[in-house]
Order: sequence, then C-alpha cells, then structure tokens
Amino acid sequence: MPLLEISQLQKSFVAPDGARQRVIDVPAFTLDERAQVALSGESGSGKTTFLHLIAGILKPDSGCIRIGGREMSALPEPQRDRLRATSIGYIFQTFNLLQGYTCLENVLLGMSFGPGADRAFATALLKRVGLEQRLEHYPRQLSTGQQQRVAVARALANRPQLVLADEPTGNLDSANAREALALIRDGCRENGAALLLVSHDRDVLEKFEHVADLRQLNRAAAGAAGAPTEVRP
Amino acid sequence: MTLGLIVRRSLRQHALSTTVTAASIALACGLLLAVWVVKDQSHATFTGMTGGFDGVLGARGSKLQLVLNTLFHLEESPGNLPWNDYLDIKQNPNVEFALPIAVGDNYRGYRLAGTLPELFTAVEYRPGRHYSFRAGRAFEPTLREAVVGSFAADKLGLKPGDKFHPYHGLIYDEKSEHAETYVVVGVLEPSNTPADRVVWIPLEGLQKMSGHDPKAAADVSGVLVKLKAGAAAAGFRMDLMYNKQGTRLTFAWPVGRVMTQLFDKIGWFDRVLTLVAYLVALVATSSILASIYNSMNERRREIAILRALGARRDLIFSAIVLEAAAISALGVLAGFVVYALVMNAVAAIMRAQTGVVLDPFAWHPVMVLAPVAIIALGALAGVVPAVKAYRTDVAENLVPQS
Repeated sequence: MPLLEISQLQKSFVAPDGARQRVIDVPAFTLDERAQVALSGESGSGKTTFLHLIAGILKPDSGCIRIGGREMSALPEPQRDRLRATSIGYIFQTFNLLQGYTCLENVLLGMSFGPGADRAFATALLKRVGLEQRLEHYPRQLSTGQQQRVAVARALANRPQLVLADEPTGNLDSANAREALALIRDGCRENGAALLLVSHDRDVLEKFEHVADLRQLNRAAAGAAGAPTEVRP
Repeated sequence: MTLGLIVRRSLRQHALSTTVTAASIALACGLLLAVWVVKDQSHATFTGMTGGFDGVLGARGSKLQLVLNTLFHLEESPGNLPWNDYLDIKQNPNVEFALPIAVGDNYRGYRLAGTLPELFTAVEYRPGRHYSFRAGRAFEPTLREAVVGSFAADKLGLKPGDKFHPYHGLIYDEKSEHAETYVVVGVLEPSNTPADRVVWIPLEGLQKMSGHDPKAAADVSGVLVKLKAGAAAAGFRMDLMYNKQGTRLTFAWPVGRVMTQLFDKIGWFDRVLTLVAYLVALVATSSILASIYNSMNERRREIAILRALGARRDLIFSAIVLEAAAISALGVLAGFVVYALVMNAVAAIMRAQTGVVLDPFAWHPVMVLAPVAIIALGALAGVVPAVKAYRTDVAENLVPQS
C-alpha cells in the first residue's frame, strides 16, 4: 500500500524578471510503506522543492500529495506543520542542526512538536548513531560526520512514517558518506520508516535497489535539460 | 517545556545583548520604583510628621517657613515673638500644651534648639510614643546641660559627660564660638524624626547665650501648640484670630496642610521626575525591540529549522514575545537591586539633611504594578520582531546564507 501518493503536482515561482517559472510538474509518483527509493537529480532539477512540497513546507499550486491517507496539499498550514511533526523526518545536506542546542536537545526538538519529548528514546537514538559520549556536546564541537549522525538521529526522533533526505552525503567525505548513508538506511529500516533520498552522487545511488530519475518524473525539469520551464499564460 | 527551552537557549545565544538590555531595564525599573517610593514616602512623612503638635505660632511671615524651622529644624526662623505671646496661647482654654522653641545657634552644623524639659516627658511625637533616652537624662532648665538627638550624637561623637561650646548662627563657622560650655547629660533613642538631628538645650540657655541681643532675651522663635481633643473648631478660631484679624503673628495650622503646600509648590518637579522615569522605562523597553529585531537576520535560519521540524508559526511568535518578556523580567529582578541601592543612598541623604527616615522596604503597590507594567511593555515590544519571526519564509531560509 502506498505511503506517499503524488498526482498532477505543480509548483511555480516568480523569477527576478517577473516571469512565473514552473519548477515542479510531476504527474504521478508513489512510495510504499517502508520502501527506500533514491531520486537522482542534478542541481536545479527541483529536488529540494519537490521534498519541501512533500514535507508541507511549501504549498503546491495544484495537484495532490497524500501521506498515509491524509492529503497534505489540502491541509491548512498549522495542520501541515502537525503532520510534518508527527509523520516526517527530514535530513538536510547542510545538517541544519541548531547551534545553540546540545546534541540531545537537537534530537529532543525533533520530537517535541510531534509525539512529545522522550529523553530516553532520544538518548537511545544518539547511542544508535555512536554518539552516546556526545549527548551534551554542541554541534560546533563535533566533526561534520558526527553532525550528520545527529541529524539522522533527529530525523528519526518523531518515529516518522517517512524520512526525506536531501543530498545527505553532499558535505561529507566518502568514508563518512558511506557511514551516514548506512545509518540512514538502517535507521529507517529499524524504525519502520520509508525513505525518499535525493542525490546526484553516483556512489550513493548505486546503493539503492530503486532509483528514479527526477528529470523523467518532473516534466518541468525535463523541459530544458534540467532548467525550469517557463509558464506561459 | 519546548517553549521554555527555545527561550532559554535564545537568551543564552544572545547573552551580551540580553545582559545589556536587561541592565537598561534594571536601571529604568530601579529608578521608577525609587522615584515613586521617595515621592510618596516623603510626602506621607513630611505631611504626617507633626511631632505631636497641631499648629505652630510664630512671627508674622510664611507658615511653611515657620513649620520647617520649628518642627523640621530646616530653614531660618521668620523672626521672634515675645514671651507674652507664648503665655497667651499657653493659657488658651483650647490648648492642651504649648512648647516654646528658640533657635539661632549650632554645634558643628547641628542645630541647637532651646526648649523646656517637658519636650521629653509631655510630648508624644507619635501617638503613644514619647522621646526616650539611650543614655543619661533630660537637662535641668536652669543649667548648661544638653540632650543630643541620636543621629547628631552619632555624627558628633557626643555622649553623656562630654562638654562643648556652641557656635553662633545656624551655619557652622569655627570663628563664631560662644564662650559658654555645655555638658551633655543625655542622648535620645532614635525617633526617626527631625529631633534626631538636634542638640537640645534649656530655652533660657539659648535666649541668654553670650553675644545674643539682651533685648530679645525673653523672645522665642516659635511655639509648638497641641490643641485639646475635639477642639478642631478652636483651630479655625485661632487661625482667624492670628492670621486674619491679627497682623503681628502667624499661626500655622494644621501642620499637615501647611506641609502639603510645600509639595504643591514642588509638584512640578515631582511630575518632571516621574516623566523622566517613564521615559527611561519606555526607552529601556524599546531597546528590547531594537535588540531582538536587529538579531532577526541571524535568527531566521534557526526559525526555519524549527519550523521544518514542525514548530508552528504561533509557537515561534510566542517564543519571541516570551523572550522579550523574559529579558524584561530579568531586568526587573535586577531592578530591585538598583532600587535598593538608590533608596539606601536617598534615605541616607534625606536622614542626614532632614532627619526624616525613609523605609526602602516598606510595602508600596508600585512594587508590583511597575514590574508587571514593565514586563508587559517588554512583551509588547517583542511583538514587532515576533511578527517578523512569524512571517519567516521556511524554504528560503533553510539554505545557509552566505
């Protein structure tokens, strides 16, 4: 049964010259529960926008996004926030850890807006990613690889149904990238979450059994070799 | 819990601006409280400080000057009145008690006041409170003996058995020493009244001090008058007799109302001081707005991350308003320390200058109202940056800005 169902999804932005440019035009996309799918896409192919739309951070111009039977795209913003807080984990390329908070607090914040803070679970997650000795450390006191591991733990903190990962290894060296990717995939598996990961890194994509090409999915990207499609009235 | 954590961390992340802003709030709060309390306590103390008397009889002149001179031992005497006027008012059937006061000399800047020993036995300076002695006894009216008020004794280092020469005039000038030698026979317990700053000697001693005009040897500077209970109408009659029908004397009655005139006269100063305190509070709370607003650029990414984790816009709004209120609350807490320091300094100066004692720790509604108002104003100042935080575009700010 699909966890994520997308149909006729469109999103446009106003360019600096005033013209509306469509960056997302995805007729259909599905992701099953507990599935792990990688989306390949070059810079400018709209992959971050696509993930933001799925996470409810952005509202589509048209189309439907359904997560676990709930239509994210039709919800008002507070309910989209709530659905994101309870059902979605997000891993960013730049980690986006909160610098003024300890590792443990970062993970606790990952669950605070959804199921509620669970110190024991947050500690267990950090232990799972090998940071049990770094609970009270601040992100600036960690290596980049360790920071991404905190980000992985935070993404799993709200026991999500779906984890979205946006170029999660983009800022890591190859050893850390392999380690982080394994953690993400194992973490999702252990917690019963589906994973949708976007990357342009061939090494990463090769690890996945299911890889979809965003240029084929996204008609706006496919229009001009990855360039956004201009929308004409 | 989450809201509290976000606010605490934000305060810590912006520790310097938090400290500076809270310090300015502390200063404003401390000043506001001090201005208010000093204003109200001094008004209440000066208008309520009758020394146990209802009125003062003196030479023709200003009632305020007369009261300040004879009761508060401030200002110069408006002039003398003959002994017979004292006897006249003393024998008035509506007068319970009349006490003559003579001034004109000092000892090292502390006023000598000549009076009768009944001051220490018959006068209740507050209901049920007589002057009492910390050491020694009252002076004998015919001897060169002195009783020293507690504050003056402490400052002058006088104790029973000590001797001193008075100085002529109300201002200390070491060249104008009188030849007479006085012996301290008593030191009063603190009464928290202007009497604490006075060196009391027998009336006759001051009247007949060497160098004083022998023709005025029987004159007094003023007569403190206590009316019999229920003789309020007599006060009106005496007011009419001395002030309206007579032309030679002044009867300052009731003492409290005369002192109120003083506060009416300096009311503009009061209002200016209060206005300044309000403005300081306004500027200080505005600094909360400025400091948080100016930090919004660096906060945008953090807000976007929190929103991406599922924090709602209204939680972000609340966090900023709560942070502003927390800065105000920290300032208010420190404001009580500023208040205590300011009040102790003001109380010490006022006691040294007037003998009136202020109580910095006495309850006053402003102690609650001002902090609540400042915290509310601080929270209100947080609304502007909170609106900016509320409107933060999540997608745009999730990417690090170079």
